[in-house]
Amino acid sequence: MPKVAIVGYGQTKFSNEDLKIESVLLRATKNLFDSTSNLTQKDIDSVLVSTNNNSKYLSAILSEMTGIQPKIAHSIESLCNSGTNSIVSAYSYIASGLAEVVLISGAERYDSPGQILEWDNLRGEFKHPIFWASIFSKSYKKKYGITDEDLAFVSVKNHKHSKSNPFAFSQKGVSMEDVLNSKKLTDDLRLLDCSRPCTGGSSILLTSEKFCKKFTDSPIWITGIGQKTTSASFTKNQTFDHMESTKQATKSAFQMSKKSQKDIDVMEIHDAFSVCEPMALDSIGFTKPGEGIKLVKESYLTESPKINPRGGLLGAGHPLGATGISQTIEITQQLQLKAGKRQVDKAKVGLIHNMAAAATSSTILVLEN
Amino acid sequence: MNFEEALNKGIFLISECNYCKIIVWPPSEFCNQCLNENSWRECSRIGTIIEFSKKEKIYFCVAKFENSIQLMGEVISGAPRKNGDVEIVECGITNNRYFFKMIVMS
Repeated sequence: MPKVAIVGYGQTKFSNEDLKIESVLLRATKNLFDSTSNLTQKDIDSVLVSTNNNSKYLSAILSEMTGIQPKIAHSIESLCNSGTNSIVSAYSYIASGLAEVVLISGAERYDSPGQILEWDNLRGEFKHPIFWASIFSKSYKKKYGITDEDLAFVSVKNHKHSKSNPFAFSQKGVSMEDVLNSKKLTDDLRLLDCSRPCTGGSSILLTSEKFCKKFTDSPIWITGIGQKTTSASFTKNQTFDHMESTKQATKSAFQMSKKSQKDIDVMEIHDAFSVCEPMALDSIGFTKPGEGIKLVKESYLTESPKINPRGGLLGAGHPLGATGISQTIEITQQLQLKAGKRQVDKAKVGLIHNMAAAATSSTILVLEN
Repeated sequence: MNFEEALNKGIFLISECNYCKIIVWPPSEFCNQCLNENSWRECSRIGTIIEFSKKEKIYFCVAKFENSIQLMGEVISGAPRKNGDVEIVECGITNNRYFFKMIVMS
C-alpha cells in the first residue's frame, strides 16, 4: 500500500460566531497556507469539504476562493464523523494514485442541521442527542456501578486540557462542583456532561510519499484505518453500554497498522458526552468493560495529557464537520512533538476515535511519526 | 396503507418479509436481506422496557416489541422499571415526528 502523509494544517478558534460556512472554510484554509512551507495553489490536485451544512457545492466554492483548480472536488457528510470520513477518502485518492496532494477542510456553524438526525423516527419525540446520551449514561452507570461523580471526572479533565488549546471553545477549567451543579438536562445528564455545538473550521493537507518532503521535514503517516457502520438508527444498538462499531473499527485499524492498544502513546476520543469517553476506552480495548472510568481518573490525577490532550469535544467544542479533522491535527502535532503545553512525552504512535449518531458508526485512525 | 398513513391513524404497523420470515425494522417497503417487497401487519403493543431516563417530569424509554424491534417513547403512567412490561396506548405523528405513548403494565 502506498504511504500517505499529513504535512500541514490550519484551524480557526471554535466559537459561537455567526459566520457564513464559506467564511469558516476559507479562514481555516488560509491558516493552513500560512503555516505550510512551500505550498502553492498549483500543488493541490484535490479539495474535499467535510460539513453537515446545507450549503451546496462548497468544495468548488472553497477552491475558487483560494485560487485552486482541483481535479477532484466534492463534499463529504457523515454527521459527527464527517471529518475522519473525509480523511479516509483523501487517503484512498492518494493511495490509488488518483491524487498526490489533497486539501481537506471541515467546517460547521453553531446551528448545524447535523445535530439532529431527522430520519431516525424510531427515536419518536426524543431525537435530540441528549436523549440517547441519557440512555447510554443510565445503562453504563447501572451495569458497572458508576456514579455521576465518577463521570464528572471526564468533563473536569477535558476542560482542564482545553485551557492549553488556543483553538478551544472553553478556555476556563471547571471543577467537580461546577459539573455536578450544572443544569440538569435529564436525570442522567447535566449541561457540563455535553459537548457544545459551535462554529469552527479545520483544514489538513495530505500527500503521497513522493510529495511530502516539499512541505515538511516531519511528515506524519496514516498507518491504520478502520471504519464500521452497524446501523443508522439509535435503537438498533444491541446494547447501550458498549460501542460495537468502535470495537470493530479498532480491530481493522490495528490489523492494518500492525499495532495494538499497548503501542498507543496519545489518543483523541470522541467524548460528545461524558459517558462516551470511558465507553470508548472500553470498546477500543484500552480497558476491560466498565474500567474506562478508572483510566480517566488516573489520567486526571496524574495530570497525564494522554487522553484528549486538546480538551476533547467537551472542552474544545464540537463543530461536527471539523471535529475529526481537529482530532487528527492534534495527534499530528503530538507526533511532531509540537503540541507545546499539551505535549505527551516522546509520542510516537497516536489514535483517533471519531463516531456518529450514538456510535452507529465509528472511525479509528492510527498515526505514526 | 403504508406505515406513516397507518401511524397517522394511530395504527402501529411493522413490515415483515414473507421470504426471510423476519421483521424488517425500521419499517420499509423492501426486505433488507432479500430486497423483496415486505408485507404489513399490526405490531403487538405489549413490550419490555430496555432502558429509561427522565427529563423534568417526562419519563422516556427504549422499549422492545415482539422480542425484536426497539423504539423510543414516553411512559405516561408513572415510574417505569427496567425489564418491566409496557403497553403502547397511543401513537401517531405530530409536527412530522412519530410519537409513542406507553403505560406501565401492572
